[in-house]
Amino acid sequence: MQTPALDIDHLCKSYDGSAAVKEISLAIAPGEIFGLLGPNGAGKSTTINMVSGVTRIDNGAVRIFGHDNQTDYRITRCLTGVMHQEIVIDNFFTIDKALKMHAGYYGLRDDPTWRQLLIERLGLGPHLHKVMFKLSGGLKRRFMIAKAMIHKPRLLILDEPTAGVDIELRHSLWEFVREINQRGTTVLLTTHYLEEAEQMCGRIAIMNQGEVVALDSTRNLLRQLGGRQVEVNLAQPLTAVPTELAHFRPVLADDGNLLRCALDETDTAIALLARLTGLGLKVRDLETRPPNLEDVFLRLTGSHHHGH
Amino acid sequence: MAIDARPPDYIPGRPFLTLLHKEIRRFLRVSSQTLFTPIITASLYLFIFGATLGERISVLPGFSYAQFVVPGLILMGVINNSFSNSASSLFMSRYLGNIVDLLVTPITPPQFIFAYTLAAMIRGLAVGLVVWLVSMFFAALPWHNPLAAVAMAALASFLFAQFGLIVALFASSFDSLSMYTNFLILPLIYLGGVFYPISILPAPWASLSHLNPMFYLIDGFRGAILGVGDLPLWVAFLVAGAMSAALFVWAFYLIGRGHRLSS
Repeated sequence: MQTPALDIDHLCKSYDGSAAVKEISLAIAPGEIFGLLGPNGAGKSTTINMVSGVTRIDNGAVRIFGHDNQTDYRITRCLTGVMHQEIVIDNFFTIDKALKMHAGYYGLRDDPTWRQLLIERLGLGPHLHKVMFKLSGGLKRRFMIAKAMIHKPRLLILDEPTAGVDIELRHSLWEFVREINQRGTTVLLTTHYLEEAEQMCGRIAIMNQGEVVALDSTRNLLRQLGGRQVEVNLAQPLTAVPTELAHFRPVLADDGNLLRCALDETDTAIALLARLTGLGLKVRDLETRPPNLEDVFLRLTGSHHHGH
Repeated sequence: MAIDARPPDYIPGRPFLTLLHKEIRRFLRVSSQTLFTPIITASLYLFIFGATLGERISVLPGFSYAQFVVPGLILMGVINNSFSNSASSLFMSRYLGNIVDLLVTPITPPQFIFAYTLAAMIRGLAVGLVVWLVSMFFAALPWHNPLAAVAMAALASFLFAQFGLIVALFASSFDSLSMYTNFLILPLIYLGGVFYPISILPAPWASLSHLNPMFYLIDGFRGAILGVGDLPLWVAFLVAGAMSAALFVWAFYLIGRGHRLSS
């Protein structure tokens, strides 16, 4: 079997006795774009921080292209590029200077061609000589992505790379990530934009409360939900889902005004509507659509994902 | 089967040199605070103790007070600035979170410590050098044993660079950081014999001063320059060397474990 690009093996982390990551295991093959999703506090960033070396590992192991990231950390750090979720910058330097310097930390000579490519593709050109604290949040994030890639890592980890980045740049950013991936870089990403994860990732792991609750190809995850999704707009909000509707696997959203149901292949929207009116519920509107990642997410984590 | 390790163009010394370069650029960028302010402060001391009061006081037979006080002022500049450099640089990185930029790189704990230390020493010794140049207006030093003087200044700056790193790891706020400077370093310097020889103090104070680590550094440095000191030179070097080694081991232990650097 091919050595995984990233092999997370029974990884555990606790803070003051409460477990943030509970013995999770997963392997990412070289060349994948892999999504790690979950609600806030699910343990995604803690996991990424243990992989990148920012957080100490309590138990378990992380292997990057076969190298243990604790014993062979000098090798694994060179193989990995990571962009953390928290914006961190060094106010003393300009983007240009900081990028040149960052390659040096990895033992590399500045490669102007590569640096220029990152600057262009991430739209940093006009801001090269500004000091960091004068940059907008979105720009800081793009700079952090460039910094994560400056040493041409084999494994690129992007923790919420598009938060605060405007829509046009988000598209060009994902296009660039795809291109990098096609050139052979394995990508692990987290995002709050589930649509983006759906489009970008071949496989997805969903974390909740420190555990991996689902791990499959994006297509299989969507297929698990079966047929179509129905969104029922209620005239009066519900506080609890009526048990009579259990067959439709309902989830309440939007303060009880929205009821999300799933239809099997044999179900029809008309049958659902009849059941709802039979229960005395007033339906304002009803919409059917194919399942998306948000449905999977909601069912597995029971939490509302604050996508935009 | 693990894939090939580091990229072929990996240059082993480069992570260390890059961090050193960054640390030096950091203090040069804010040189008004990191270099000029301490030089002006030291020049004021020189003026007060060298040109004005100095002519009326004599504490060491055969030397003017200016000659006595200048070595202490030089070393004070060295110590203060070596300490401030490593303490504020590392603390700021922790405080702003950009320490993760280093944690994710292949930089090893020894490279980390030596880069911060060397930058702090360069700043401390640069300030010391300028204080000495300015002091030439007030006093000519005999430079009895210049090599030993330079070695003692280097040792003092190394020692306080280590102490700065340790303090930066334990400090939880800017306030606590300045507490170390104002309530530990400064009193120890002032009481360590910069302005007077310990030997002129009454009995309990003279003995107590032997517990002050600054005393060994200042007395050793002054002894090397003037040829006269309260202690034999080798004792000063022995104590300074032992303290430096102890603090280095401590800093190495803390940084090696990622103490308050990684969560």
